Amino acid sequence: MPAKTSRLTLFGFLAPAVIALAVIGVGPLLYAFYTSLHFFNLTKLKKIRFLGFDNYSSVLTDPVFWEAMGRTFTMLIIALPLQIFIGLGIALILNRPGLGFWRVLTRLSLVLPMATTYAVVGLLGQVMFNLKFGVVNQLIGFIGIGPVNWIGDPTNAFTVIVFWDVWQWTPFVALVLLAGLTTVPGEVEEAAELETKNWWTILRYVQLPFLIPGLVAVLILRTADTLKLFDMVFTLTRGGPGSATELISLMIQRVGFRAFDQGVASAQAIILLIITIILAQIYIKVFYKEV
Amino acid sequence: MAAAISTKRSIGIQIALMLTIILFAVFPFYWMVTTSLKTQVLALESPPVWVFTPTLSNYVSVLFDDGVFRTLVNSLIVAVSTTILAIALGLPAAYALARIEFRGKKDLWFWFITNRMISPIVLALPFFLIVRQLGMLDNLITLILIYLTFNLPIVIWICTDQFRAIPYELDEAASLEGASHWRIFRSICLPLAMPGVAVSAIFSFIFSWNELMFALVLTRTKAKTAPAMAVSFMEGYNLPYGKIMATSTLIVIPVLIFALIASKQLVRGLTMGAVK
Repeated sequence: MPAKTSRLTLFGFLAPAVIALAVIGVGPLLYAFYTSLHFFNLTKLKKIRFLGFDNYSSVLTDPVFWEAMGRTFTMLIIALPLQIFIGLGIALILNRPGLGFWRVLTRLSLVLPMATTYAVVGLLGQVMFNLKFGVVNQLIGFIGIGPVNWIGDPTNAFTVIVFWDVWQWTPFVALVLLAGLTTVPGEVEEAAELETKNWWTILRYVQLPFLIPGLVAVLILRTADTLKLFDMVFTLTRGGPGSATELISLMIQRVGFRAFDQGVASAQAIILLIITIILAQIYIKVFYKEV
Repeated sequence: MAAAISTKRSIGIQIALMLTIILFAVFPFYWMVTTSLKTQVLALESPPVWVFTPTLSNYVSVLFDDGVFRTLVNSLIVAVSTTILAIALGLPAAYALARIEFRGKKDLWFWFITNRMISPIVLALPFFLIVRQLGMLDNLITLILIYLTFNLPIVIWICTDQFRAIPYELDEAASLEGASHWRIFRSICLPLAMPGVAVSAIFSFIFSWNELMFALVLTRTKAKTAPAMAVSFMEGYNLPYGKIMATSTLIVIPVLIFALIASKQLVRGLTMGAVK
């Protein structure tokens, strides 16, 4: 322990960050709570009035809210297993020895999707999946599949946003799992390889324990990020057709900024926040129990 | 002999698989860039053309006629300022979290990190109302401040880690000499933590540069950032795909360069708060 720490010193170190986050992070949250207790429509600002928890009860009984919530989790439940499955495959390929140049090249190319601006991913989606001049329809045309109306059809549009989520985040999962694989001690792996040539046995009994922390991280972060997902879907489909791809963040944005109902939107946002916190707590309880 | 052939074959399969991965990751970028080099007529060709004479006309017209240049400058100002601010505010806090024992440290740490989990829409709503009241809509300063909500946690996370990695003996030696925490922070830990500072700066820059929702909600014309600009091309029936892809390319190139520079630490940074 270096020099005895006075309260003042500690305050000096922590205060700038704490005060900044309190002002820009917590302050607005409190204001959102205030708004959520009112009738607050941007087009009828003269009629602001206190409603108590009325906005909350109407959100909680609103099927549109729960449908958007359901869509968000459907997206997670479809995309996450795909990301883990393909990501694990990529990690196993990259974890094999030899072919140094190719492995470096693959790793570098994997870095690109996850750094790409989400909004640009959505725009790219519009261009590539376009019904008439999209390259995707051209490519599947070569194997005899007729042009598909990707963005105009509800189910297809949902498939397209899942596709881009998988494109963008599978590399992340792959690199996280690869980092896990490299923590397997060399001797342990070699000993196991002398015992069996079956890669599945090695994966299940030797490598899996080292992958668990990475998988937990992926689960937590993908859940949080799917609840946050906005940019890519907004630029790709604006939540449509109809409400087929309207995830929770898009729905709140629509209610708040396109229907101008800030009161209801704030109530929805606060409920989303509570759900996020509960999920985070559950994850922490389940996965970090011993800690 | 048979073994040699099978190794050769397995190497072949391995290379083929890696090529598939690379192709899959890179193809959208290839398509983005080639579309940006097509005239509007060519971009709307059905089926799409693969071989054509490239033109830079989309770049010229978005940069100089449509004002994308200005939005890129806005994005740059916002991303650089918020990064500097996040580092200035976050570094001392990271030092305290790494080096000073105090009560409530765990809770404070947890609070910093959970900011990453909160959906930006939760903050966008009240921020819009507050900023409107203050007359600060369409103002770069507003964006610079609100981006701190995700940049501060990332700086604190990466730099705390970095400070912890510095040998404690250095601090002890200095404190035996009578150095205060401020002095240890400035003269010993800070110079050694520079790699972490650089990585967190790159992250902060990438996140700010890529951000769309706050920019969409909080800016109109003057302070519009490049991603918000790209979205505003999406109105009407005859979408200018070449222009949209040219703008997209201009937005994406800087982040890709930064991501490649920080590629080793990218995963570590993105798993913030979820691994210890």
